Amino acid sequence: MSESVFTQDPTAVEYIQHHLSNLTLGEGFWSVHADTIIVSWVLGALLLWLGHVVGKRMTTDSEPSGLQNAVETVVEFVNDQAQSLFPRADPLIGPLALTIFLWVFAMNFMDMLPVDLLPLIAQWIGQNIFGVAAHNVPFRAVPTADLAVPFAMALVVFGLSIVYGVRKKGLGTYLKGFLVHPFGKYLAPFNIVMSLVEEIAKPLSLALRLFGNLFAGELVFMLIALTGFAWYMAPFQAALGWVWTVFHLLIIVIQAFIFMLLSVVYLALATSDDAH
Amino acid sequence: MNIFWTLVIEMISFGLFIYFFGKVLWKPLMQAMEARRRRISEGLAAAERGQRELEDSVNKAEERMAEARSEAHELLANAQRQANETLERARADARGEGERIVSAAREEVDQAVAQAKEQLRREVGELAVDGAERILKREIDTKAHNDIIDDLVAEIR
Repeated sequence: MSESVFTQDPTAVEYIQHHLSNLTLGEGFWSVHADTIIVSWVLGALLLWLGHVVGKRMTTDSEPSGLQNAVETVVEFVNDQAQSLFPRADPLIGPLALTIFLWVFAMNFMDMLPVDLLPLIAQWIGQNIFGVAAHNVPFRAVPTADLAVPFAMALVVFGLSIVYGVRKKGLGTYLKGFLVHPFGKYLAPFNIVMSLVEEIAKPLSLALRLFGNLFAGELVFMLIALTGFAWYMAPFQAALGWVWTVFHLLIIVIQAFIFMLLSVVYLALATSDDAH
Repeated sequence: MNIFWTLVIEMISFGLFIYFFGKVLWKPLMQAMEARRRRISEGLAAAERGQRELEDSVNKAEERMAEARSEAHELLANAQRQANETLERARADARGEGERIVSAAREEVDQAVAQAKEQLRREVGELAVDGAERILKREIDTKAHNDIIDDLVAEIR
């Protein structure tokens, strides 16, 4: 499985290091993870194209066709979840929840592709189009296993929750919440620390949960790829790969779902009527 | 390895995707599903209305049928009664006519009998007077003895 693009077979450490390096453009502070951005954009564009196709062929007169049915099922599911947690009418919650669920799922799904497939394609392109030595072209296929993507989404949700909270309670009341919660006004300094920790823990845990799950899943696929060191290991490797793929298929759906759910929950909390 | 700009780019991407997902996927699908929901509920309401109308017309038809049946019954009964009446009347007429004929005949018979009696009486009276004349060979004062003869005639009767 681990066909090599190295001049000699890489050691296990080299293989994993190579797979955990991003295709980085630029230097230092100005560097960006091109692989993460490309894959996430391609997937987002693919989903939008799918939505466009469904939207164009959409029919309300007859029974919906297969694709429309599937998309409608997902959208209805997301809508039900969002509405049960965020009962107030809001133009942003639905698209937000849908985007998180579909986009995160699509990015997570990159883990289902053979672990060397996208990197090999990237290396081929790098070698034949850009003339870069193959082993200098690392490529990480799973954007959600890159810290940047989960944190980007978590920060957007965090920012939105602050905006929602301020808009709902007014800036004064919102800031006052940091002073009087959770121990009452006489322990204000302590409250600030507690509230800040609590608020910052939300996006942090949100991002790290997704990142951790996907990073670990990716790593396990790499380890399974490393078990193919000899021909007689092939059945063993195939069995392991199959088992982990099935298990991980569950994980990627659940993680996408949890990220969506918690985002809606945080926004609902920010606009809830009680003191918190 | 610095992820700052990747983070920023992904945050912007996320925001843009939320916007475009809302525009391309969420809104049209929500509208479509809302439209379908409305159509279905309208269809259900129409079906219910149709059912109710059907029931109404069935009820009405049954009512009309019952009405027609009772009307027919009435007509039949009327006809029966009329026929009976006609028959009865005809029978009564016939009986009356018969009785009239019979009584007329009886009257005629009575009259004839009375006439015959009268004639007989007169003849008997005349015979008696005749006989008496012959026996007495003399004129009898008819006027004087008519009373006596009348008495006799009355006795014969």
